[in-house]
Amino acid sequence: MEYFVQQLINGLTLGSIYGLIAIGYTMVYGIIGMINFAHGDIFMIGAFIALAVILVMQTIFGIAFLPLVLLLALVVSMLFTSAWGWVVERLAYRPLRGSFRLAPLITAIGMSIVLQNFVQVAQGARVKPLQPQISGGVTLMTGSNEHGTISAQLSYMQMIIIATTLVLMVGFTLLIAKTPLGRAQRACEQDRKMASLLGVNVDRTISLTFVMGAALAAVAGLMFLLLYGVIDFYIGFLAGVKAFTAAVLGGIGSLPGAMLGGLLIGLIEVFWSAYFTVEYKDVAAFGILAVVLIFMPSGLLGKPEIEKV
Amino acid sequence: MAATGQVSATATPAPPRESRFATALREAVISGALAGVLGFFFLALKTDIETGGLVITTRWGLWLISIVIVAGGRLLLSLFVFGRIGTRSAAKSKTTTTSTIPWGKILTRALLAFALVLPFFFTYFFPQRDRQYIDLAILIMTYIMLGWGLNIVVGLAGLLDLGYVAFYAVGAYSFGLSAQYFGFGFWTALPMAGLLAATWGLILGFPVLRLRGDYLAIVTLAFGEMIRIVLLNWYQFTGGPDGISGIPKPTFFGLVIGRGDGSFGDVFGIPYDPIHRFIYLYYIILALALLTNFVTLRLRRLPIGRAWEALREDEIACRSLGINTRNTKLSAFATGAMFAGFAGSFFATRQGFISPESFTFMESAIILAIVVLGGLGSQIGVVIASVVMIGGIELLRNLDFLKSVFGPNFEPTEYRMLLFGLAMVVIMVWKPRGLISTRDPSATLKQKKQIGSDMVAQGEGH
Repeated sequence: MEYFVQQLINGLTLGSIYGLIAIGYTMVYGIIGMINFAHGDIFMIGAFIALAVILVMQTIFGIAFLPLVLLLALVVSMLFTSAWGWVVERLAYRPLRGSFRLAPLITAIGMSIVLQNFVQVAQGARVKPLQPQISGGVTLMTGSNEHGTISAQLSYMQMIIIATTLVLMVGFTLLIAKTPLGRAQRACEQDRKMASLLGVNVDRTISLTFVMGAALAAVAGLMFLLLYGVIDFYIGFLAGVKAFTAAVLGGIGSLPGAMLGGLLIGLIEVFWSAYFTVEYKDVAAFGILAVVLIFMPSGLLGKPEIEKV
Repeated sequence: MAATGQVSATATPAPPRESRFATALREAVISGALAGVLGFFFLALKTDIETGGLVITTRWGLWLISIVIVAGGRLLLSLFVFGRIGTRSAAKSKTTTTSTIPWGKILTRALLAFALVLPFFFTYFFPQRDRQYIDLAILIMTYIMLGWGLNIVVGLAGLLDLGYVAFYAVGAYSFGLSAQYFGFGFWTALPMAGLLAATWGLILGFPVLRLRGDYLAIVTLAFGEMIRIVLLNWYQFTGGPDGISGIPKPTFFGLVIGRGDGSFGDVFGIPYDPIHRFIYLYYIILALALLTNFVTLRLRRLPIGRAWEALREDEIACRSLGINTRNTKLSAFATGAMFAGFAGSFFATRQGFISPESFTFMESAIILAIVVLGGLGSQIGVVIASVVMIGGIELLRNLDFLKSVFGPNFEPTEYRMLLFGLAMVVIMVWKPRGLISTRDPSATLKQKKQIGSDMVAQGEGH
């Protein structure tokens, strides 16, 4: 039981990170109908920026007050990663708007290669370990099994991740539901041409979508860095694929769906590793994706796609 | 910034149009500033691992140089390229290609002739580096074959497959494993590899039939990764990350290309030279690639090929006309997979060693990039894109003179994939329909519709 609870917590933590990345995929897919393949690498960029900020704060400015360091890392990483997201959209996707469907996908894959290799060349290929910043936690329950005592712990790190994700989710849902920007986004999602006729600046709305997605990916990057303590230039690929899987699983275009999908993928991965084999955890996640898409092509919370002829 | 702009506009009557240079300059400054922002944490700061944790070092020089380069590049671009695009494309559209000389045909024939004599060309003119060049030609030819195979799936049938490398892996491993466990030779394993890959194409194709577009892409990507992960972890059977080594070289009608009695050179009385092996491999892959091309060209004239193209153009119309879309899709998947299987078993014999490392998603991306950059459905486009992308990237290995410019620590090969990615983005933005434009369906209504289907925005008619 304790083991189960512990895995549940771990799965929710991992799932929160996937969910945050998945929101970026789902928003972009919803609004321009393309897989932003470079989004996983934007997440990686966010993690690298957060790492640099933490190091600069601690070693150059000598700030030891951890909440301030982390808050600065979060804000700076969100800002700079947003700039990356904006530039990627501007350079690689906007010139191809209205082009045929495969063109932006190819530039997206190209951008993903560019970002990965840029970071590899600029920062080196070796992994960057960061010593744990937040330690300690609360023991929820203890019990014993044949191997000795076993306890389920909720670490402060996990609390912060889950809480931040919750806050951001609520904030984003409100942003989409209540603000003019959210309304413009929903309008563009439904019918881009009509939205532009009604005075919505479509290009600007799409750019802002990318910026928002990148900012959330930066949050996920910081969390990933703090949770695992190790990053390299390649973390974006697998995280990106899993997050896209999460977005599709939850029903692409739906924000709660992305979050739900992220949590499910995180849980599946963690439970599969815990109870079956670690090696095949990715196979399990992808297998679930295939099964869901075959029997429920629009995902768990997505609207079925109606094709008009 | 917007406020100051308004103030200045009301204070002095703004000129009707900013001069082009001023606009270009402003854009250059903005680009430079953006480059500074983007590069700050990657170029100006660098994290290094030292004993006792990470340390951060600064590289202000590099950062400033990158800003200057970006700003200068942007200035030159806006002055000399962007301003003229409008006039140039207008001029181009006026002179539509009405020349009577069939350049395409001539180019194809010339390339084919060159491909046929290529090994002798290199051994004759570049005797020192012939092995390297022929090896590169083999590599490029492998990608051409893979590109042609994927062209059936993506270019003809319009099914976006991001996991094509899985079938390549199936082909390679079916030869590698059958050589290891049953002692099969290349020629016995080749048809089997094709068959197995085609079967896997059917198996993987079946569940994804109902999906379309990007969903299909992501599921094929997932399947590709699954096959790689299984190969990586099934240690007892596939050797896991250690891979399979000692895969036999192909024989020539039972004769070994090598030294000793009963070898190819011995029987035909030619003194053995290691280059023979390369030449032989080259001709095998050339024959396989030409077979792929020939089959594709013939299939396009058959009802099944027409059905693929119809499927690509409009699935709903296709179904309304009574075409069995399920069988059509499956056949495209299986045919494309079969050629990847052939190419995979060739890859195994060429390398003599295979491991899951060779079948990552990046390979799929490269093959797809070749197909799309060449122009979907265009056969000659695949050739040109392979030569440009693979050949151009490999050329970087030979640029030792750059070391004298950038210092001895400069390693051009590190920038290989970076340049590859940049080339993908630039070519796509510059020519979204590929280097050679997309092939039109084999059978079309001669009367032009008001809007060509390729101009319709996404979401309709795909």
